[in-house]
Amino acid sequence: MIEARGIVKRFGDFTALDSVSVEVEAGSLTALLGPSGSGKSTLLRVIAGLERPDAGQVCLERRDVTALAPQQRGVGFVFQHYAAFKHMTVWENVAFGLKIRRRPRAEVKHRVGELLELVQLARLGDRYPAQLSGGQRQRMGLARALAVDPKVLLLDEPFGALDARVRKELRAWLRRLHDETHTTTVIVTHDQEEAMEVADRVVVMNGGRIEQTAPPRELYDHPANEFVMSFVGPVNRLGDAFIRPHDIELLVEPNGATQEAMVQRLVHLGFEVRVELVRDDGEVLSAQLTREQVEALELQRGQIVYVRPMRQTVFAD
Amino acid sequence: MIGRYVLRFAALGYIAALLATPVGYVFGKTFGHGFWPAWHGVATPDAVHALKLTLIIAAIAVPANTIFGVLAALAIVRHRFPGAGIFNAVVDLPLALSPVVVGLALLLLYGRGGWLGGHHVLFALPGMVLATMLVCLPFVVREVVPVLREIGTEQEQAAATLGASALQTFVRVTWPAIRWATAFGVVLGTARALGEFGAVSVVSGRLAEQTETLTLYVQDRYQAFDETGAYASAVVLALIAVTTLLLMTALKPKEETR
Repeated sequence: MIEARGIVKRFGDFTALDSVSVEVEAGSLTALLGPSGSGKSTLLRVIAGLERPDAGQVCLERRDVTALAPQQRGVGFVFQHYAAFKHMTVWENVAFGLKIRRRPRAEVKHRVGELLELVQLARLGDRYPAQLSGGQRQRMGLARALAVDPKVLLLDEPFGALDARVRKELRAWLRRLHDETHTTTVIVTHDQEEAMEVADRVVVMNGGRIEQTAPPRELYDHPANEFVMSFVGPVNRLGDAFIRPHDIELLVEPNGATQEAMVQRLVHLGFEVRVELVRDDGEVLSAQLTREQVEALELQRGQIVYVRPMRQTVFAD
Repeated sequence: MIGRYVLRFAALGYIAALLATPVGYVFGKTFGHGFWPAWHGVATPDAVHALKLTLIIAAIAVPANTIFGVLAALAIVRHRFPGAGIFNAVVDLPLALSPVVVGLALLLLYGRGGWLGGHHVLFALPGMVLATMLVCLPFVVREVVPVLREIGTEQEQAAATLGASALQTFVRVTWPAIRWATAFGVVLGTARALGEFGAVSVVSGRLAEQTETLTLYVQDRYQAFDETGAYASAVVLALIAVTTLLLMTALKPKEETR
């Protein structure tokens, strides 16, 4: 369990964390989601002890670790750019923490073998990091962090430097791994899809503050404010109302509350089709339809359609 | 195609004119009367003493500068302290400053009436070591600083989260990354230390068989019209330089494929 209370961190004039409090349940997988500069990485580094907060308290498993160095916190940290020890083999990288702890040789050998098996690098143990692909390097980084049985596992944009396909694979793999090991895990990401897919709970951050903490579904269905609404998924704005593209219905005939719009572009994304519309006042909308719907409506570029929001959100204030 | 050959010819010609001809001439002069006269030229007690002294000075100055250089590079790159920029610039000063100025500065500081006068520093080994250290100060620092900058701090942070102390992190993570750069700096510094003339000349007093290094001995012999002795000693210096060059080329590929 991780508790951070009232964390303040400034870099010169810039306030990276503005009194942030967060709780991460034991055994859960939590995502810190936000745009760059939102303070999510800084918060993770404060939890790890790699940054010292100007104010606030960090507790790991009910123990106050605020004053402790990273060495004494028992956290595993995975870096975006891998931070691989370049002059060591994969095997030596993973064994590093155990050797520092002066574990018996047989135990080190056994544990490293087990971990390399777990991250599917068993046959690449004597390679150097430079000889691995990005995805393999990050799996090595994960094995290295897990080797010392950390109380919590902290991942700082772990898949950010990888290409889209590898990123998706590793994301699913990380979730499976977590379901096996149940290590309390925090993952920092700016990718809402990644956060929603992998985490039990998502903490949305912006400008050094927390905007909302909720399970992915709740975040999507009941966003606390405009920022969360537009950050966790695409959104259209109609006056004061926010509408998701899949909550827009298109009709061929006007029907009371509908608004007229012209089809500007049809983007075929496999099963789904994104219809880009422009209203006569110049406002641009995007609607998400299935292929069948588009075919039934016989949508064409330049065609006039009538837009009806099926579900919309209006924020007070 | 022709352009390339012209370029090559020009480059090689330039090197030949500037370097190969004079050095080759020295070799020619030295062995002009056969090997043995040359050998006797450098086997005199004075010459042997000068060579020994040169090696002793290098053996003290180079390790001292290596330790200082690595620590200074770590301080410059890893720690933000007030005056770091000035410190970084001052380390380079010996590269720009004429060694004679270094020697004169030491002379003023340790000489009669100087701040630190009367400690048997001048005209003795300590002064010569100090002069050599000052002149060779930048080499290790200059080689290590860019490598430290390039490797960044992430590996060190990773080591910290895995439980390694500052010392363990240095020994297991930082040092392996900078050791070739350090070695390169040591080789350059050694070459400079062995060949140092100006600063040492000022502070040594040039007492034969006492404070005469090999470079000073070469000049001494030349001025005494002992051409064979001068050329033979110069050849010894040149051979040391060639060895250094070979060491450098041996180290460089490792540095680049690191």
